[in-house]
Amino acid sequence: MKKLIGFMALVFIFSACKFNNSNKTLPIYGNRQTVSKVVNGLTTTDTIYQTIPAFKFINQYGDSISSKNLNGKIYVADFFFTSCPSICPVMQRNMITVYNEFGKTNDVRILSFTIDPKYDSVAVLKKYADKLDIKGNTWWFLQGKKDETYHLAENNFLVAVKQDSTVKGGYTHQGYFVLVDKQKRVRGAYDGTNEQQVAQLIKDIKILKAEPVNATVQ
Amino acid sequence: MKFKIIIFLFFLLSLVIVSCQDEEQLEFKRYYSLGSLIYQTNCKNCHGTKGEGLRGLIPPLTDSIYLQSNKALLACNIKYGLNGKVNVSNKLFEGQMPPNNLANVSIAEVLTYVTNSFGNKQGTFTIQQVNDNLAKCE
Repeated sequence: MKKLIGFMALVFIFSACKFNNSNKTLPIYGNRQTVSKVVNGLTTTDTIYQTIPAFKFINQYGDSISSKNLNGKIYVADFFFTSCPSICPVMQRNMITVYNEFGKTNDVRILSFTIDPKYDSVAVLKKYADKLDIKGNTWWFLQGKKDETYHLAENNFLVAVKQDSTVKGGYTHQGYFVLVDKQKRVRGAYDGTNEQQVAQLIKDIKILKAEPVNATVQ
Repeated sequence: MKFKIIIFLFFLLSLVIVSCQDEEQLEFKRYYSLGSLIYQTNCKNCHGTKGEGLRGLIPPLTDSIYLQSNKALLACNIKYGLNGKVNVSNKLFEGQMPPNNLANVSIAEVLTYVTNSFGNKQGTFTIQQVNDNLAKCE
């Protein structure tokens, strides 16, 4: 995990040098494998990127949401809990900015996974969404099995979450907004408590929207 | 001669009044700027940079009438948190505000900041008021 964070930090630093490039493509995070195939006597090499694996959660309307619902969608994921007293309000305030920007587009979704599924029932999540004035199906507040959520957070979205009775609210978690492309690959992570980074996220979503789905990105 | 003494005394008196006012204003400025720092670290995350709150989730700090009519409870709310329903800006908020174990003087400073920002103008919130109010918390 630490190595991955270090790696992401490095990639961040390198990509920071190219920020003013308007034609930039976003990096692809995670492990990658190369597969060689022999087709008609010619050897071709394909790169297989790490993708977010299949998952199944329940949203604030009580509907079952699986990774199939996200086919062909760009999405932003974060991890929170409704009774969170520390960084969540500022994260949600910034996520509302993203929601206001893309709420009416059909190919962008926002997923907020609760890391306290015991307390955050579907009813609690619905109430929370109502209080934030979130309607429709752009922004889902998702509840699932705790183990699965934590596993997904740490291994796939690369966000550290943990139960910790010594802190206010009982959980610690990082406030990253993770950007996932239409092929379910992680393309960016932004500090959800930082307005400038969230502004960058909005720009990057626009870049992803313009990216052809089958583009081969090196 | 007498006249000169009267003039001198008058001058002295006005000097005292002016310097007292200055002292008060200085105290206000000191409370306000220290309160601003406390606000940034303890309150801003939820209540926002401009005290705007967060939609239906977290009440704004812009309701002067609420702040005025609940003035005696504000110190208690900061120190011990707030649970249940509050009606702010004609909107019902429900939930929990976590306690902030700040020193009494810090509570006075942050309350001076809040009650004189975001469209509010209530003057210095003194440490004496905070002490008095905290003694009566429920």
